Amino acid sequence: MAGQVVLVTGGAPLLTGLMRQTRAVLEGRAGAGIAQPWRDVRKLLRKQPVSPAGTGPAFRAGPLLPAVTAAVIAALVPMASTVTPVSGSADLIVVVALLALGTVALALAGLDTGTAFGGMGASREMTVAALVEPTILLAALALSVPSGSTNLAHIVGDRIHDPVRLASPSGLLAIVALAVVTLAETGRLPVDNPSTHLELTMIHEAMVLEYAGPDLALVELGAQMRLAVLLGLLASLAAPWGIATTTAPGAVVIGLVLFAVKVVVLGTGLAVAEVFWAKVRLFRVPELLAGSFLLALLSVTASYFLTGE
Amino acid sequence: MNGIGPALAAGAGLAGAGAAAGVSLPPRARVVVAGVCTAGVGAGGVVAGAAALRGARWSASFPGLLPLAGVHLAVDALSGLFMAVTGVVAVAVAVYGIGYAGHGGEARWVQAAWPVFAGTLVLVPAAAGVSTFLLLWEAMALTSLLLVVAEHRRRAEVRRAGLWYAVMTHLGLVSLLAAFALFAAGAGGETFAALRAGAAGMSPAARGTVFVLALVAFASKAGMVPLHAWLPRAHPEAPSQVSALMSAAMVNLGVYGIVRVGFGLLGGGPRWWWLLALAMGALSAVYGILQAAMAKDLKRLLAYSTSENLGLVLIGVGAAGLFAAAGGRAPAALALTAALLHVVNHAMFKALLFCGAGSVLKATGERNLDLLGGLRARMPVTAGLFAVAALGAVALPPGNGFVSEWTLLQALIHGLAVPGVTTAVVLPVAVAAVALSAGLAAAVFVKALGVGFFAQPRSEGAAGARESPPTMLAGMGLLAIACAALALVPGALAAGLSRATAAAGPAGGEALDSGVLRLRLAGFPAMFSPLWMAVALAVGVLAVTGLARSAGRRRRRGQVRLWDCGGGAPTPRMAYTATSFAEPLQRVFDDVLAPERDVDVTHAQESAYLVEKVRYQSRVPDRIEHRLYRPVLAALSGAGTSARRLAGGSLRLYLGYGFFGLVVLLVILAGVR
Amino acid sequence: MSLLRKIRRTGRTAEPAPPRPTGQIPPELRELRGSMQVRCVDAGSCNGCEIEIGNAFGPVYDAERYGARLVASPRHADAALVTGPVTRNMATALRRTVEAMSEPRLVVAVGDCAMNCGEFAGGYGVEGAVADVVPVDIEVRGCPPRPEAVVAALRTVTGR
Repeated sequence: MAGQVVLVTGGAPLLTGLMRQTRAVLEGRAGAGIAQPWRDVRKLLRKQPVSPAGTGPAFRAGPLLPAVTAAVIAALVPMASTVTPVSGSADLIVVVALLALGTVALALAGLDTGTAFGGMGASREMTVAALVEPTILLAALALSVPSGSTNLAHIVGDRIHDPVRLASPSGLLAIVALAVVTLAETGRLPVDNPSTHLELTMIHEAMVLEYAGPDLALVELGAQMRLAVLLGLLASLAAPWGIATTTAPGAVVIGLVLFAVKVVVLGTGLAVAEVFWAKVRLFRVPELLAGSFLLALLSVTASYFLTGE
Repeated sequence: MNGIGPALAAGAGLAGAGAAAGVSLPPRARVVVAGVCTAGVGAGGVVAGAAALRGARWSASFPGLLPLAGVHLAVDALSGLFMAVTGVVAVAVAVYGIGYAGHGGEARWVQAAWPVFAGTLVLVPAAAGVSTFLLLWEAMALTSLLLVVAEHRRRAEVRRAGLWYAVMTHLGLVSLLAAFALFAAGAGGETFAALRAGAAGMSPAARGTVFVLALVAFASKAGMVPLHAWLPRAHPEAPSQVSALMSAAMVNLGVYGIVRVGFGLLGGGPRWWWLLALAMGALSAVYGILQAAMAKDLKRLLAYSTSENLGLVLIGVGAAGLFAAAGGRAPAALALTAALLHVVNHAMFKALLFCGAGSVLKATGERNLDLLGGLRARMPVTAGLFAVAALGAVALPPGNGFVSEWTLLQALIHGLAVPGVTTAVVLPVAVAAVALSAGLAAAVFVKALGVGFFAQPRSEGAAGARESPPTMLAGMGLLAIACAALALVPGALAAGLSRATAAAGPAGGEALDSGVLRLRLAGFPAMFSPLWMAVALAVGVLAVTGLARSAGRRRRRGQVRLWDCGGGAPTPRMAYTATSFAEPLQRVFDDVLAPERDVDVTHAQESAYLVEKVRYQSRVPDRIEHRLYRPVLAALSGAGTSARRLAGGSLRLYLGYGFFGLVVLLVILAGVR
Repeated sequence: MSLLRKIRRTGRTAEPAPPRPTGQIPPELRELRGSMQVRCVDAGSCNGCEIEIGNAFGPVYDAERYGARLVASPRHADAALVTGPVTRNMATALRRTVEAMSEPRLVVAVGDCAMNCGEFAGGYGVEGAVADVVPVDIEVRGCPPRPEAVVAALRTVTGR
């Protein structure tokens, strides 16, 4: 569990660096190297923190919560081993709610600044979040029906012992739906462009325009950890092979290494895919999410009619 | 001797004393004494309810008190739960009300009705006979009506809201009267015990009719779509402590009625009853929160959110009935437990939210979120308490709303194991409704808190706001403590909840097997520990702050101006308002909400390409109300107008009507014989 | 798929990195080694310099590989890349932009106009050179400067 937290915290910036590097290579660039996000964070932590006039506790707390919730999720999700001291509490609904808590905290911080961009970012982020929530919970429902529990350790354990479930139509549909909302939750293309400079097209970036120095470092680290955690969750559910089901140190270490490999593969794949995608218009995003909602609903129905009776 | 009887007697006595004080004392003393008496009524409710939740039972009959039927009272754990919730809310809002009533609310009849309203709220769950129940129910409706129209002299909308409320609550009463009349006739008795005994002997059609009539009556009290039209009118226009008590305690009694009649008296029923309830709940949850997302009046937003939360409760109740009908006892108990737990949680955070909105209204004179803002700096304690309640309302950990929504979702997910195609089709939709309303609730309360309290003030009223007096803060603090306790150690309620659901009838039983530290479902592999979650988050915040500090250079935090893109400082006019915050959502749900937009462009005289000014208006009407109520109201008023033509004012004509009426009656009688 | 083929055919377009420049920077800017975020401010230029800055961050010169990155807000930035003579309308905005960056920060004046108003010296709308408005740490000569010069100036700070 501690290993997971350390790995996610330390590895998240590297993952983002890797994704940027992949993109740079495909664009014919040399790229800044995969350690660049860590250099950015280190430099930002050393800079002077600032509080813009008129902001209060919400602005100060905004950067903390996304990072902290991502760390707590990293501890809960069975990434390397299904047997951890907290595996009993590793509930899929709790994980979803914790992610939303991070989003809400940052949206409130955006509103706290009182600038038009902060409000705009908060409004858009909450719109997307409100639409993501039903999909993600329905996908959770579809995944938990066969195991009879929303406990992640339970679900993952079940999937290790019974790999046929992975290939079942309902399982596949749920994973696809989950993948789409992962893109939306982490602000990747085609929902949001993480490297945009034009305020009018921003979602996530618009909320954090006022942050500088250590606060910004936490915001960036939080976003990176969120991406790593969600890809990790997806990897654990879609490809649970290698996750230890005992507490043997050797198995756990293998699990951690395999987990890192899985997330790296997923991240690289996402970066490659992003080269081919354009950002969709903000008001086309709901259509994308509605599509993924439909997939999740189909998967629940399929899981009932194909395995239930 | 378990204290329930004396506590209720003391409560009733205090309600009477408070009413007398309200009528007789001078204004300032009147407010204080009536407030203290109301708090005493609430305390009585808490004592009686707590005793009942610990397993005590109490009943009493006063045959001579009411002609023909007599008064029958009985308290079990289910009544106790609702009594205790009402009691806690009443104590807090009574304390709050002492400070709030300062301007305009100290009229004699308002202060006299206040303790009586609280008293009827506490006593309704104790009623154990049809006449007693109806009497208390109507007393509750009348006193609340008096309180809703408290400010009728100052605003015309109050009068209109009062009219809507009066009409709808009495239509509900008609439906309830019909239900109980049918029930009593079929069961052959008037007391609840007789009804319970006779219910099994009734025909399915009669039982179904009774249930549907009762559902309509109770659902309209609970503000369920499409019977909700009074709620977003009456709750915002009432004085805030009254809104708090109505929204946190009175609407609960609608749920109490459905559970008591549906499970307790009728003993459960076929699936279609509960599907109806579940569909109503799902519709209310989604529609209520969508309207709340569009609302810019803070109290109206909270009222619609009440509709949403009671919708979630009704989803739980409906699911419980569905599972019980299909033989799934364990998921039924879980669903009912989730519903009742959500009643408790919703009461606490909604009372606190309404009190917060009341403080804002008192300090700024504004309810319009577009004109608020900047209150965090001016009313820090109120803002903090409002934030605690909002955390509960968004259903995210570590708030109290999350605990019950988690339980509800667990109930729906595990309910899929109950055999039957109905569950397979209905439950995913129910989960989607719960999830969508949870997601939108997050947007709603980010709007309420962020736009209402943060950033710069957008009106003079908001700029001149001052912190509320200590009594108001004390009342709100009490509710905040209740919210925090429910959020961190919900397990403490588990035993009481299982007694309450067991008392409800066939769907009840033990569902939560929990200690203080964690919440574990009995019989299902799911566990969640709210306390540890909060501790983990707190430790995480401390650790991250500490790590960031130690990695940094310890520079002093600089105070700088907002980044204004190099232009002039951003003015409050540039900040996002509630309307602009909701605009993307409004576009997404365009087809459902059907907003009315009105763009008026005035061109310059010289050229049609030059624009002189643009006027933009947008409004989101309550579409269900428009489509459903407008035609009915129009038809009624048309019928009234044409009927007026019959009444020409001539005495001879009226005598003629009388004669013709008599002849027609005689002819019919002759034909029938 | 055609995009994929194009990517394969094009391969790497970035030119090999030239040797590291040997400029000196003030000690307090040492903290920006390895990572520097850049905000561009056009204080009144003819856009020639912007085109060259754009090229410096394009695939061929790829300034990002040395740890410099363009950002959207001065709050996120360590360096302001100022171009053009400072016009009267932009003087306050430029001052505020530099103030909005948190410490340590630096100002890079890009192009001849930014240093001495160039062609526009004495114009009625010109307030003065960049150094007259905000303290300048690094100057890049040229009208417009070549992308290599811009990249070299950034590399003296990032040290890569």
